[in-house]
Amino acid sequence: MTTQVMAFGYQENWWPILTSPFMANALAGGTIVALAAGLVGYFVIVRNTAFAAHALAHIGLPGATGAVLVGVPVAVGLGVFCVGGALVIGVLGKRASDREIATGTVLALATGFGLFFNSLATKSSSTMTNVLFGNLLAISRDQLTTFAVLLVVLAVSIGAVYRPLLFSSVNSQVAEAKSVRVRLLSMIFMVLLALAVTMAVQAVGTLLLFALIVTPAATAIMLTPRPLAAMAISTAISIVSVWVGVAISAMFNLPPSFAIVTIACGVWLAVWIVERQVRPMSTAARRAEPEPVGDHTGIVGDHSHR
Amino acid sequence: MVRGGKLIWSEGTFEVPAGGIIAVIGSNGSGKTSLLNLVLGLIPAASGHVRVLGQPPGEANASIGYVPQNYASASGEAIRVCDAVMLGLNGTRWGFGRPSREDRARVDEALNAVGAGAFPRRRLSELSGGQRQRVAIAEALVSRPKILILDEPLAALDLRNQREIVQLLNRLNTELGVTILVVAHDLNPLLGVLSSAIYLLDGHAHFDTLGGVVEEALLSHLYGTPIQVVRTPQGELYMRSTL
Repeated sequence: MTTQVMAFGYQENWWPILTSPFMANALAGGTIVALAAGLVGYFVIVRNTAFAAHALAHIGLPGATGAVLVGVPVAVGLGVFCVGGALVIGVLGKRASDREIATGTVLALATGFGLFFNSLATKSSSTMTNVLFGNLLAISRDQLTTFAVLLVVLAVSIGAVYRPLLFSSVNSQVAEAKSVRVRLLSMIFMVLLALAVTMAVQAVGTLLLFALIVTPAATAIMLTPRPLAAMAISTAISIVSVWVGVAISAMFNLPPSFAIVTIACGVWLAVWIVERQVRPMSTAARRAEPEPVGDHTGIVGDHSHR
Repeated sequence: MVRGGKLIWSEGTFEVPAGGIIAVIGSNGSGKTSLLNLVLGLIPAASGHVRVLGQPPGEANASIGYVPQNYASASGEAIRVCDAVMLGLNGTRWGFGRPSREDRARVDEALNAVGAGAFPRRRLSELSGGQRQRVAIAEALVSRPKILILDEPLAALDLRNQREIVQLLNRLNTELGVTILVVAHDLNPLLGVLSSAIYLLDGHAHFDTLGGVVEEALLSHLYGTPIQVVRTPQGELYMRSTL
């Protein structure tokens, strides 16, 4: 880390930079991450597990800093801790309300340990920054291979459990009554989410991960309530954010994570504003509208025993 | 349908005959939800045995439609009515697949049967409470169940919607021959259509015909407050607390 002030101005030679081999890695890695994010993002929102996704990223922090400490690849530490954390969150929280407390507690503990491991290791401060904010430009060919394998695992798994997962996500009680293995699916999904998070952390980092997994999916759901269409749109937003973000970072010498996150959030904001205009009868307004009430000639029962 | 055996609150031995609309009543905490979970095979009986449609609980769940108390409260923004109902049909199948023409026709049929045929492409979150309850019933109905179980289907509805849902249940019962098990803390809106009731009293489960249940001493004991049963000149029954 240098203290030298970098120039954030327009870079004349951005095109050669963008077309250089290491940028190709960054674009390929970012695209794989965007595809992975698109696969899980819709479910994260439908299952109300946005906070868990956020927490999983933080749980990866001690894994990454701990990996430096014991001398294994950062990605391995990240993966082990994310998947482990996913299982813990899955086991601890039965109901959504419990899950929030359990998740937050695990999150705080993990971040603390991340800091502790980092203080033990002498030269891991760049790891810390990389995990917190991501470093798409540091993605290696080996990592790309791992990413590609994880993406295939993710896609095949989501495809295999798609319908029961959607069923249990939309209404777990009804699914359970139909003998769907709700709890097993919940664990499977948390592990898949952990895999996506492990990848995404390396692209945009722990702190900005929300913007790549949750925000594009939320944007897509505003545009369409159809699951597959929402997943496709969400993936497209993520990919565009990554590509344009990387290009802008090359053009203006900005951190790629910053540019990617700003674009994803910008798209969300734009869609949100347009949606307000197009659907003035918003959900809230519709709900507040009184329902038509029929004649009151029926006997009004005594409800005092409620 | 045979449902005989000891239930977890202990000593409820009865058979519920197929074909009627049966209320499940009892004060808060008496175990109504446990009874449903037992029937669905989600919790085991500590002792005794239970048969649902002649099979152990859980085995016949494909023939049971379930309407929970809170339907799609959180995720309604992200799904359309028709897709939610489709899940009642293909949500238990693994993998990924385009719904067949036949499945889509069945979804339309179920939506029309509950009076929700006009808004298949709306988001669940855009619906009123009454509309959402209809969609929940359609989702339970689409798999053509023999038994329909509803947990407090009238609790959050206004009088008009309560009456319409009760009429709907009655129609499903008579026209499709579905046996309906309905948990309700307020019996009044249902009294006109019920055939019998399972009541949970003093830690035991009992089953009786409607005539046996709608009896002042029993209801007063059941609700822990003096209850008067009134028959209107039109022949309608209703009960009220005289406290």
